[in-house]
Amino acid sequence: MSASAPVWSVALLPAVLAGAALATAALDAALDRGGAVAAPLREAARLLVAQPRVTVAADRLLWRVGIVTLPVAAVLAGLVLPLGFRSVADLEVGVVWFNALEVFAWAAVWLVGWGPNSPFALVGGYRFVAQGLAYELPHMFALITAALGAESLRVGEIVAAQSGLWFVVWMPVAFVLYVLSAMAMAFWGPFDHPVATDAAGGAAAELAGVDRLVFQAGRWILLVAAVALAVPLFLGGGHGPLLPPWAWTAVKTAALLALVVWLRRRLPTLRMERYMELAWVVLVPLAILQALVVAIVVLVA
Amino acid sequence: METAAFWILAVLAVASGLAVFRLGSMARVTFALLASFLCAAGEVLLLGLAYLGVVIVLMMVMELVVMAVFMVMFMMNPAGLMPMAMLHNRRGALALAIGTFGLLAAGIVLVDWPARAGRPPTDATFALGKALMGPQMLTMMTLGIVLFATIVATVVLGTQRGRYDRFGEDLERHRPDDPVRGGVDS
Repeated sequence: MSASAPVWSVALLPAVLAGAALATAALDAALDRGGAVAAPLREAARLLVAQPRVTVAADRLLWRVGIVTLPVAAVLAGLVLPLGFRSVADLEVGVVWFNALEVFAWAAVWLVGWGPNSPFALVGGYRFVAQGLAYELPHMFALITAALGAESLRVGEIVAAQSGLWFVVWMPVAFVLYVLSAMAMAFWGPFDHPVATDAAGGAAAELAGVDRLVFQAGRWILLVAAVALAVPLFLGGGHGPLLPPWAWTAVKTAALLALVVWLRRRLPTLRMERYMELAWVVLVPLAILQALVVAIVVLVA
Repeated sequence: METAAFWILAVLAVASGLAVFRLGSMARVTFALLASFLCAAGEVLLLGLAYLGVVIVLMMVMELVVMAVFMVMFMMNPAGLMPMAMLHNRRGALALAIGTFGLLAAGIVLVDWPARAGRPPTDATFALGKALMGPQMLTMMTLGIVLFATIVATVVLGTQRGRYDRFGEDLERHRPDDPVRGGVDS
C-alpha cells in the first residue's frame, strides 16, 4: 500500500514544502489587519536585497551554521511525509527519523541566539532550549503512541493501520499533545516566546537580509513539516472517500495548518517556564496514560 | 561506496574530536563534539542498524545542546574571549590516552576472533527490542531505576525551594508562595 516515491522526488520535496510554507505564510499575512496575500513574497524580495547585519565579535561560523540548519533539518524531516500513500523515503524507522531531525531545531535556534554576540538574541536562544525541554517529552510520547497503535515505526504502516478508524478517534490526547508540541517546536503561536517582541525579537533579533530570510523560511517549513506529520500519524493520511489519496492529505494538512494559524491569533504568548510546569506536571502523565491505554488495546485486540 | 563512506565519516569523527581540544570557545567545542558523535552515528547507520543510528543522532543533539548550556555556565571561558585550553593534567592524560589506545589496538590484533555464527536479523530494530524486553529486561529495568533515582536526587539537591517553602511550615497554604505566579497549583 505504502511505498517510497522515485528518486527524483527528492528534488521535488523542498519545492513542495516551501510552497506549502509560502501558502501558510500568505494565509497568516492575509489575516492581518490590512494584510495582503503577497506580503510574504514582498518581504522575501526585500530581505534578498537587504544587507545582512554585522555585529561586533560575532561567532560567524556558528551563527551561519544555526541559520542554515533550521531549513535543512526541516526539509530532511519531511522525507518521511507521505503525500497520499507515497513518501520520498518511507524509512523503516520513519517516526524516529522525524524526531531526530526536528530536534536539530534546538541546536539551530540556540546557535542563532549565540552567534551574533547580542544579549537579546542569546536570551531567545536559551528560551528555546528551555521550551524544548518542556515540549519534547509529551511530543515523544505522542509519537510513540501512534507508532504503538500501528505496531510499526514506519509512517506508511501507521497510515495503513488507519484504513478503518483514524487514530485521532481513540488517541485524542496524543493528537492534541502532538499538535501543541508541533507549534512549540516551530516556536509558533502561544509558544513564540523565543522570538518574542519583549526581547526585541529574541533569537532572531540580529538577523537581517538573507540570514533572516533563510531562518524565517526554515521556521515556516518546520511548522509545515511538523503539522503535516499529524495527518499520517493521527488523521488517517490519504484515507478518505471520493477524493484521491494525495488530495485528502493536502486537504487535511491545509485544514490543520489553518487551525494552527488561527490559534496563534486567539492565544497570548505563553512563557516557557509556565509551559514547562504544565508539561511536566500535567501533560507528561496524561501522555503516559494515553500510551498505556493504547498499549492495552493493542495487546487485547 | 560503503568503504568510502566509512573512511570519510571516520576521518571526520576523529578530526572533529581533535577540534574539541584545539578550539578556544566553549560553544564551538560543544558543537565540534556533536559533529564527532554525528559521524559516529553515521558509522552505526552504515552497519545497517537504522534504529540505533538515528537514536544516537536524536539523543546526541539534545544532550549536547543541554551540555552547551552547562559548559558555558561552568567553564572558565564561555565565548572564547579569554585564552583557554581544553587540556588539563597533560602528562597524566597523555599517558592514559596512549595506554588506552595501545590496549584497545593490541586487543584488535591479538585476540583470536571467532568465526561468525548465525546471521544478521532481517529486522534489526525488532531484534533489538526483543533483546531489551526479553533477556536484557533486568538490565534495562535496573538501569532505568538507577537513572530515575539519579534524576530525582539531582533535582532534590539542585532545587532551592521545597514544598515547605511553597506551602508553609505546616503545608497550611492552599496556594503556593512562588516567586513567579501562575503555576499549575495556583
